[in-house]
Amino acid sequence: MKRLMLAGLAALAFAAPALAVTPDEQLKDPKLEARARAVSRELRCVVCQNQSIDDSAAPLAHDLRVILRERLAAGDTDQQAKAYLVARYGDFVLLRPPFQPDTWALWLGPLAVLAAGGAGAALYIRSRARASDAPLSAEEEAEAAALMATPEPATQEKLP
Amino acid sequence: MKRLLFLAPIAVFVVVLVGFMAGLQRDPSILPSMLIGKPLPAFALAPMRPGGQGFTSAELVGQPVMVNVFASWCTVCKEEHPVLMALREQGVNIVGLDWREDADAGARWLAANGDPYAKTGNDASGRIGIDMGVSGAPETFVLDKRGRVRYRQVGEITPQVWSQTLGPLMARLRAES
Repeated sequence: MKRLMLAGLAALAFAAPALAVTPDEQLKDPKLEARARAVSRELRCVVCQNQSIDDSAAPLAHDLRVILRERLAAGDTDQQAKAYLVARYGDFVLLRPPFQPDTWALWLGPLAVLAAGGAGAALYIRSRARASDAPLSAEEEAEAAALMATPEPATQEKLP
Repeated sequence: MKRLLFLAPIAVFVVVLVGFMAGLQRDPSILPSMLIGKPLPAFALAPMRPGGQGFTSAELVGQPVMVNVFASWCTVCKEEHPVLMALREQGVNIVGLDWREDADAGARWLAANGDPYAKTGNDASGRIGIDMGVSGAPETFVLDKRGRVRYRQVGEITPQVWSQTLGPLMARLRAES
């Protein structure tokens, strides 16, 4: 049993990761292919939404990879090729959402929360500092003097 | 007043909680269509049978129409099919876009299950569907008299979807001048 498990683990170690991009999709020009890979890693597969089209084995992702390569081969810039798909499927296909009015909350929200928390903490610390710096009132002065005047009670240390 | 300030984080938490709860109820597979209010991209679909006739996007003006994306490989389409057949009986204008398969497969499927479409065309490569932002089948675009997309139904048209959403919408679009 143990040997079988070891053999299984050894087999796993040699397993190559399954690639969604099949050889027949790849462009001949390695430079262009590298660009296509980089762009397709940034595009979401609309079928299996948490994968990029580069990762996904869905047929639609295959189609989109082929279209993307066609656009790049036809001379599109990376931006133009992305815009082509955004025009059809919306900003949602961009795995990195763009910074625009409807995503301001997304990008700036965490900063706003951090700033609000920081402001709250600063106010709190400052109010405490102010309270401790204020001079004592006559009443407090008298109380403090009385405390100072009382002799300390005798203490005795007990053996543990 | 100052005491109540300690409740502020709890209030923020409740707001965030409600926001997340509302967000999690939504079906993430339904993406907003980029085509709402716009015409479908121009296309010419191939015929289903050699010598037959497909249709073009230009033919979809004049009366409200539902453009139904289907395929013989799509099991949900088979479930949707009886609903479409019933709608055809009622005289609802539906055209079919056979997506991402050979026309022959789609034609055989329609022969076996019945043909609810006024016009049917084939998009073997799937490119026309992709131009429309189709993410799967079935999917249905509702077009007004001027050929503008007014609604996109992702997933099957159930009797409930028809009676609550698409039926009233089609009636409204028919009433539009």
